[in-house]
Order: sequence, then structure tokens, then C-alpha cells
Amino acid sequence: MDSDQFAPLGDSGIIVKMGDGIDQKTHEKVQALARLLQKHPFEGIIEIVPGFTTVAVFYDPIRLFHLGIEFPYNWVLAKLKEIMATLPETSVKDARVVEIPVCYGKEFGPDLEVVAVHNGLTPDEVIRIHSETEYLVHMIGFAPGFPYLGGMDERIITPRRSTPRLKIPAGSVGIGGEQTGIYPIESPGGWQLIGRTPQRLFRYEGEPPSLLQAGDLVRFRPISLVEYHKLEGADS
Amino acid sequence: MSVEVLQPGLCTTIQDIGRYGYQQYGVIVSGAMDPVAFRLANLLVGNPENEAALEMTLIGPKLKFNGDQLIAICGGEFSAAIDGKRIPSWRPILVRDGSVLECGHVEKGCRAYMAFAGGMDVPYVLGSRSTYIRAGVGGYKGRLLKKGDQLQVKQPKANSLRLRGLLSGKHLNEPCKVADWRISEHLLPSYESSTIRVIPGPQFDQFTFASRKSFFEQEFFITQASDRMGYRLSGKALELEQPLELLSEAVTAGTIQVPSDGQPIILMVDRQTTGGYPKIGFIASVDIPIVAQRKPGEKICFKEIHLQEAQQALFKRERMINIAAHGIDLIESRK
Repeated sequence: MDSDQFAPLGDSGIIVKMGDGIDQKTHEKVQALARLLQKHPFEGIIEIVPGFTTVAVFYDPIRLFHLGIEFPYNWVLAKLKEIMATLPETSVKDARVVEIPVCYGKEFGPDLEVVAVHNGLTPDEVIRIHSETEYLVHMIGFAPGFPYLGGMDERIITPRRSTPRLKIPAGSVGIGGEQTGIYPIESPGGWQLIGRTPQRLFRYEGEPPSLLQAGDLVRFRPISLVEYHKLEGADS
Repeated sequence: MSVEVLQPGLCTTIQDIGRYGYQQYGVIVSGAMDPVAFRLANLLVGNPENEAALEMTLIGPKLKFNGDQLIAICGGEFSAAIDGKRIPSWRPILVRDGSVLECGHVEKGCRAYMAFAGGMDVPYVLGSRSTYIRAGVGGYKGRLLKKGDQLQVKQPKANSLRLRGLLSGKHLNEPCKVADWRISEHLLPSYESSTIRVIPGPQFDQFTFASRKSFFEQEFFITQASDRMGYRLSGKALELEQPLELLSEAVTAGTIQVPSDGQPIILMVDRQTTGGYPKIGFIASVDIPIVAQRKPGEKICFKEIHLQEAQQALFKRERMINIAAHGIDLIESRK
């Protein structure tokens, strides 16, 4: 284990680096550590936040001082090293597959044509490629329940809009460069919008509140406008 | 009991210590910008230290009290007055039913907390009552206070009632009664200091020698584009040895990140949960209240601190808060 693997995140956190790039192996290691710490948090842990290649461990140094620990950072570091020594080399693959219904094109996907033209495809081909791929949720961030998805097909890569929109409705599905994603709440943004889902990605009353979690697999299912409105009614 | 908002002020919200445990789902922490002032305001009115309170910024609200209520204002100094009579900070004050409290403008610092005995009666959202404006949840209807809002205050507990008992009795006709004791200044953060202690961050060594030097030597201006999300600074640009491509990962309050324009941003309580800019350093948690009390247009500079020292300083601050809490307990129990 090299010493670069751990870095302080201020005086109340530690970043643990599990790899260098966005790849399956690193992702599995991130998930394995994050899940282990969430299931068996040790004294002083406040919360765990997985990233693309890192796991952030937030802790409460004051609580640890009260327990008589002189240098909380060192203590947490030692604990983490101890736990990581027991981490299985390869994690068990138990990813959930979450299906997200999407009504593509028309007023829900005003940029579907742009994506098609940019890549020399028809809108139907864009929909087919976008919905045939299985995406990996690397992490949730940026907004409540917003998934950073990996695995988009190169054939539909499209640059962001030169002028971002001030208001993008919740549920919008878009493409920004090599990434695709879903806006869980109304926000400004520069992604090319290709469709919208009636599925709510975030519920404050839910436990967990986010539909998606890091480690999930996502599939988009094309639906008609009629089905969109039916599902929307059922989901409210 | 309740208070009516006659004027909302510039950016008045309900906050507690923050929303923890949900950053993994993209939910920001929120909470009081100056957690020390927030906690002490609650302790002064006999509340548990994490009761929901008002946070006011630069221009405070004008409030009408329905029912006698014990309050305390802590943090920046505002020109606060009850029915025209100036009131001090860092003390419990018994406000009479029907009185009007005009918080006025900030004179020193940037923001203050007003705690009410019992605490603001707003629902918990994901374990916290802090306002999360962008998502429209938490606090009072998920937004800034507006004229005409009626804020409900919970029933005060025994501690609050004892503190209140010490102030009531005489002077029944006055609009308010101020305690003759306060939180001692030497228990507070050194709010006047403009030097903020910083732990070097993971990319510190990847800045040029000149930039590393100038980071600790120059004075940075706090620009107008500074708010609860972050403080945007302006100064001599900080440069990397070579461009860095970083992947998004968790950030924390006090993270100093440097986008490609070389102007640092200090992330504060309403920051997004993740970030991908180079992190040149982290404000020591113990100095976050000092940053929170700096306003746009003012200057700050940075001084290096070792991680262990930063943690010890934080613990020392905690002992100060405990001393204050203990002192309040003693006053409470006196007859």
C-alpha cells in the first residue's frame, strides 16, 4: 500500500485513493470500501462519500479527542489501514439494474436532432444507441440524486451547448460531451436535452432519498408520451 | 408563541448545524456559516446547542414578537434595537409580547444568529432543519424569509424557563430586559484577525514555487460574488506547474480550490458535495467562523498550519465552548 493512497481532507476528513482512472476495477474497490465502512462505521465516523476513484471518510476529531486520542487523523488513518487489509481483493458483483423510462424527442428532447446531425445519425438511431447501453453509476453529486454515469456509446458524443439554458426541467435526460445524465431537480445547464423521465430521482421523504446509488447499473427504456403521462401520474 | 416577519432583511434563513449523512446522495450540508456563534446563541437561551435558529446576513430582519420570548443574538455586531432601544449581542434578552425588534445593518462582521428559547418550530428534512434553497426544502418552506411570514417557536424547556425567570419580575413595562452578563470575549474566536490558518492541500506542491510563496504572502480580496456557497477571492493569480486533469471527488467546508483562472474559491456550507478543481489548501475548521464573519470587499491572508496543530486548536476551541456552556449552567441554577 503506497503512502500516496491517503490524503487529509482538511482537519475532519481523509481521502482514500483506490485507483487512478475511471475503470471497473477501481470502481469495485471504491464500492467495496465505501460499503464496508457504511455497514461497519468505526468510532468518530460522520459519513462516507464515494467518488470516481476515491472514498472520502468524514470524521469528528472532537469526539476522538474526548476519547483520549491525541492526533485524530493518525488514529483514523491507522483504523482505515487495518480495515483495508481485510478488504477482499475482488468484490462480489451484486449491482442492481435500475430501469429509467424516457420519453425521447419532441418538447422533452429539443436537442435530439442536434445530437443526430452532429453524429450523422437519425434521431431513431440516437434513441436506440442511448437506450441499448447499460450505464454504471460512478458517483452521485452535483445535485441531489444526480448520477455520474459511465459507459456512453462514442457514436452519440455531442459537445455541450455554447449557451447553457437557464432552466432545465427536472427529469430531463441529456448528453454533455462523453457523458449522459438526468437532471433530478430543475437547474441551469448546458447539456443537449434528448428526452425526459417521469421517474422521480430524489425523494426527501425516502430512505435512501436517492433512487440511484453509486454502484448501480442504469438502463433507459424508451416510452411514448401517453405512457409518460401515465407513469407521471403514478409517481407523484 | 411566534414571531412575525415585518421585513425579511437581505438573506435571512433558518439554520441548524447542518445536514450530515446524505452527501453520498448529492445533498449539500448547509447549516450555520459561523457554527460557534450559532451554538452559543442557543446555549444562551437554554436550548440544546443544535436548535434551529435564524441566520441573518449584512441586513437583518424586522420582527414582531407574539408572546414574551427569551432570545440571544450572537456573531457579527448588528445595529439591533427593540422598540428603538439598542440591544447588545452575546447576552440573553427577554423580549416582551408585542415588541418590535429591528436588527438593522451589520457594523462588525458579516452575519449573526438569533436563537429563540425553545427553537424555531420547523420540520426536519433528512435529519436537519437547515434551509436548502436550491432544492426548496428545509428551514421555513425551503426559502429565504419573506415579509408576512409567521414563524412558530417551540415551547421552551426547563433550562430556558429558569434563565427567563432570572430576567422577569421587575421592569414589566419595558419592551425588553437584557441580562447583566454575557459570553466572555476571550472564549470567542478572534474575529478581528484577518490571518486565516490553512492546511496545505493535496495539490499544493503542484503549484509553481512563486505561487506557493505568494499564496501565503499576498492579501486576497473577498469579491462581491461571495455567499453561503463559497467565497470567491481575487489576487495575484495562482499557477500550476502544468495543467491538471482531476476527477470529481468529495470536498469539505473550507476547501480552497483554484480554477484555471488562478483565483481561489473557499468552499463554504452551501457548497456542492463534490468538486474537481485543484485543492491548494483547507481552512482549519477552527478559523471557519472568522472567514464566515468576513464580508465582500474585505481582505484576508493565509498562514500555514500543520494538521495536528489545526486539530488541537479545534479541540481547544471546543473547550472554550464547554466553559461557556458550564458558565451558563451555573447562572441558570442560581436562585
